[in-house]
Amino acid sequence: MQGKRWVLVMVLVLGAAALAWAAETMSVQVKEGRVYAKPSFLSKLQATLPYGAQLQVEGEQGAWRQVGLSGGLQGWIHVSALTEKQVSLQAGRERAASGASSEEMSLAGKGFNKQVENSYRSSNQGLNYAAVDNMERGYPVTPEQVDKFVQAGGLHVTEGGGQ
Amino acid sequence: MRALPTKRPLWRGLGVIAAFLVLGFAASNAGALNLGDLLNNAGKAVEVGKSAFKAGKAAVRAAEDITPEQEYYIGRAVAASILAKYRPWQNQEANQYLNLLGQTLALASSKPQTYGGYHFLVLDSEEINAFGCPGGLILVTRGLLRCCRTEDQVAAVLAHEIGHVALQHGLGAIKQSRFLELGKVLAVEGAHHAGGNVAALTSTFGGTVGDITQTLLVNGYSRSQEAAADKASAQNLGALGYDPKALIQVLEVMKTRLKPGGLDFAKTHPDPADRIEEVQETCGLLAPPQASPPPARQARYLAALQGV
Repeated sequence: MQGKRWVLVMVLVLGAAALAWAAETMSVQVKEGRVYAKPSFLSKLQATLPYGAQLQVEGEQGAWRQVGLSGGLQGWIHVSALTEKQVSLQAGRERAASGASSEEMSLAGKGFNKQVENSYRSSNQGLNYAAVDNMERGYPVTPEQVDKFVQAGGLHVTEGGGQ
Repeated sequence: MRALPTKRPLWRGLGVIAAFLVLGFAASNAGALNLGDLLNNAGKAVEVGKSAFKAGKAAVRAAEDITPEQEYYIGRAVAASILAKYRPWQNQEANQYLNLLGQTLALASSKPQTYGGYHFLVLDSEEINAFGCPGGLILVTRGLLRCCRTEDQVAAVLAHEIGHVALQHGLGAIKQSRFLELGKVLAVEGAHHAGGNVAALTSTFGGTVGDITQTLLVNGYSRSQEAAADKASAQNLGALGYDPKALIQVLEVMKTRLKPGGLDFAKTHPDPADRIEEVQETCGLLAPPQASPPPARQARYLAALQGV
């Protein structure tokens, strides 16, 4: 009987912990989750977090979420970079990077991922992936350039970056 | 409403929790992030358990179940297909300008961040056309850029495509059967935790990419999707301090240049005259720009795109 009561206590504690966690933790769902000093894309970049990183949300202002960073730092990240769902297993991703088997790799990001792209590419040689890669990397834009572009053009980025 | 089981042996509950904990600790041990406390591990364990159960059923039912990471790979393949038909315009200055302008616009859109970010490229084609691929790869022809006379007008074109991306219109073109296929493959993965039916996934991937490419190149989006992208464009322009009416100005030029029955934009888009009417309604609700643009704005547009 005593044993059963312990189980009950454990269930309650874990249940409460899960609820608290679900309410406050979000995951980065983009390749580079950018955390700014203020809720604005034009403020100082504090940190760039990897896909799948989990964050404790501590505050909210419009479309921005205030999050805690390591070392007691705080910053703001736009809600479009976050999801309440658990992103892929970080563990799978780690293994993939260290040369794991193909079966393990597809656990990194379920469904359509790099591995599927590679397989698709090899059976469709006519596709111009080189131009896509160049498009993604060939014309980098820095936050400083955006800032200057906005100022010189007499523009303003609406605080909060849209809805 | 599903009936809850009335009696559930407690040992079974303990087993489930233990399983969650093992999964959670395994994940956190190998994971890159030091999440530390028990609270997190317990929560994570529950989440891992949940997603495993979900995968056992049908994990993918519709476009909203496609993760941003998957959307990114779909968009890359769609762009690679379009870039097999259209040559990129090798003009560093024009492409750099388009990326600066486009990425600034994206920050004021309804979806500033996507998995791989927004990227823009000019296509070396006389055709009047533009393609917004899922995830934010946006292609615009020289022919369409020639319909523009100001930065505000180029911004209107880019913001229309950003609108299609933000509203995920590309994913809307995916046939329902693909989601069923994807769900099936992932369900097998979830059950065995062995992953890797790459051949099946690749086949579904090819079909998915084909659905979207066919819509972008041949069928076009629906009239209501085009209207929604026009509205998003006008709002995006207004949010940055551009003139929302710039979209109407571009449409006016296109009206005179598009040949009825033509194969390009004329085929995949509604009549500009009809679009103008609807955009005018949206513009009526938006505040006009506070001041006339500084000369620097037109100067940089000309420097980058005068020779387009």
